[in-house]
Amino acid sequence: MSTATQRTRPGRTTAEPGAVRPRRSTLVVTTAAGLALVVAVLAGIWVGAVPLAPGRVVLTLADRALGPFGVDVPGRLEGTQAAVLLQLRLPRVVLAVLVGAALAVSGAAYQGVFRNPLADPYLLGAAAGAGLGATLTIAHSPVQTLGPVGIVPLAAFAGALFGVFCALALGSVAGGAHSPTLLLAGIAVAAFLAAAQNLVQQQNTDDLRQIYGWMIGQLGSSQWSDVVLVLPYLGVACAVLLCCGRALDVLAVGDDEAGSLGVHPGRLRLLVILAASLATASAVAVSGLIGFVGLVVPHIVRRLAGGSYTRVLPLSLLVGGAFLVLADLIARVILAPAELPIGVVTAFVGAPFFALLIWAGARRR
Amino acid sequence: MTAPQPHVRGARVEVVGLSAAYGRTQVLDSVRFTVEPGGWLAVIGPNGSGKSTLLRSVLGLQRSEGQVRIDGVPTTGMPRRDRARLLAYAPQLPVLPEGISTREYVTLGRTPHRPLLAAPRRHDREVVADVLRRLDLEPLADRLVVTLSGGEQQRAVLARALAQRPRVLFLDEPTAALDLGHAQQVLDLLDRLRRQDGLTVVSTLHDLTLAGQYADRLTLLAAGRVAAEGTPAEVLTPASLAEHYGARAQVVTGPDGLAVLPVRSGGAKTDRVTRA
Repeated sequence: MSTATQRTRPGRTTAEPGAVRPRRSTLVVTTAAGLALVVAVLAGIWVGAVPLAPGRVVLTLADRALGPFGVDVPGRLEGTQAAVLLQLRLPRVVLAVLVGAALAVSGAAYQGVFRNPLADPYLLGAAAGAGLGATLTIAHSPVQTLGPVGIVPLAAFAGALFGVFCALALGSVAGGAHSPTLLLAGIAVAAFLAAAQNLVQQQNTDDLRQIYGWMIGQLGSSQWSDVVLVLPYLGVACAVLLCCGRALDVLAVGDDEAGSLGVHPGRLRLLVILAASLATASAVAVSGLIGFVGLVVPHIVRRLAGGSYTRVLPLSLLVGGAFLVLADLIARVILAPAELPIGVVTAFVGAPFFALLIWAGARRR
Repeated sequence: MTAPQPHVRGARVEVVGLSAAYGRTQVLDSVRFTVEPGGWLAVIGPNGSGKSTLLRSVLGLQRSEGQVRIDGVPTTGMPRRDRARLLAYAPQLPVLPEGISTREYVTLGRTPHRPLLAAPRRHDREVVADVLRRLDLEPLADRLVVTLSGGEQQRAVLARALAQRPRVLFLDEPTAALDLGHAQQVLDLLDRLRRQDGLTVVSTLHDLTLAGQYADRLTLLAAGRVAAEGTPAEVLTPASLAEHYGARAQVVTGPDGLAVLPVRSGGAKTDRVTRA
């Protein structure tokens, strides 16, 4: 927030309640998160079924980056290896970063607007809506692509936004942008859309495997076109969310007090929900329903850097990206040559880690 | 005093014909009161008489009809930010965010004075530092605000409101969660601050003795209407306490003003004591 909050304190947390909390410098935590992301990305590129020499990977990337300027870097990867790097691994890692970052920052934003630590990006019906859209198109769509874009991502994107709009509409009919009402509206909409999705799924058992594969989340078929498809939406949504950190801090004191501080809680909540839902819909469109990232990453970040959203939002972006790349790496490697669905890994790795954090936090109190 | 801002002067608050309703239930009915600049008005009244709603209505946090004028300027149509630079509010049950230090919490009070996206500037930090110092919160500045004790939290909320540099301070039951000693500390502090800054204070207070000792005027609300108003001696009479609170009480005058003493019913006990 300011230099006033950037104070480092040596030593570990003291045990007594209400003790001075050692706050690591924001700069240190941000740098560490950035480094973690870089390491995760490099690991995600290097490790895989086809071994790629790290040095030559770097040279190939340098060649690609400098190619437009007429610089030719020697020693780069050729043939299949180059294709594996540039057409398979790189787009997958980049997409994992984008999806992880989007889900984590949206989760943090949802937790902020609802003042609820259990909120996640799928709370307002985004997941159920996307699931219904994807299931309908997998089961019934006569075409698989619309121009260069797959029909399933489009339907998932539209479905996610549709779910959130239904929740907002129901919420506003039932009592404005008052957060508990909106939360309940979201639960109602999500339950209804999930039921509809189940119905369609049961009537099309031939497509069950494909539907199920989508629902559990995957990054296996990532292409550059996916990255291009979601990047504009993700960029805009994340930029808006990053700007809302201070506003979310104000909202944290409750609607009345935020109002007395000159803020319009209803408008602010709507803006943040729209931006977070756009990010979520984009992520869901290209990766299916990857759970746990949006719920857990913001909490990890809070444990590291405190509760101010000016820190939680940007750090969630970094940590979320790193988390999903690593989860995807584990998904590819652990049963190689077979792949685990990434949604399984995020929960499998995330849940025990989260439990550990809670346990550590409880001991601290 | 190295206050970085010139002396803040309290504003005159006029409330005329203020009515509010929850659904079909009328909560406030044509309430009117005036507080002179630098004055302290305590709104008293039995539970459910509309005290909190009155405060929230005056602050524009609650749909209401009627007029509120601050130094003669109506607040209807005033942008929220402008209003927030004039009026600060400490609710009865403040929400203290998790994971936020006391200093960060108090800094939230600077929100109406800077763009919502902008970081606090040097001036904001100076105001916050000044408020923390005046409220003896400096040693607690880097503690998480949720870990403070009840009295410390009340001071932190007060600090946040004062960091707004308001001209009128609205406090809903500032002593509700505090024992007598801490309640007196907070009220003494408030009295000192308002005299130093010339702030106008409007507070609800359920403790009638404290209300009588600290406020210079009282407004007694009963069922959403002003039942009595005036100096403590005018408002706090056994008759009005019996009528509006259904209470049996004596009002005694001590060296520091009035005190309301509850009286036990029936006189049975007294009888037995006198007989024995």
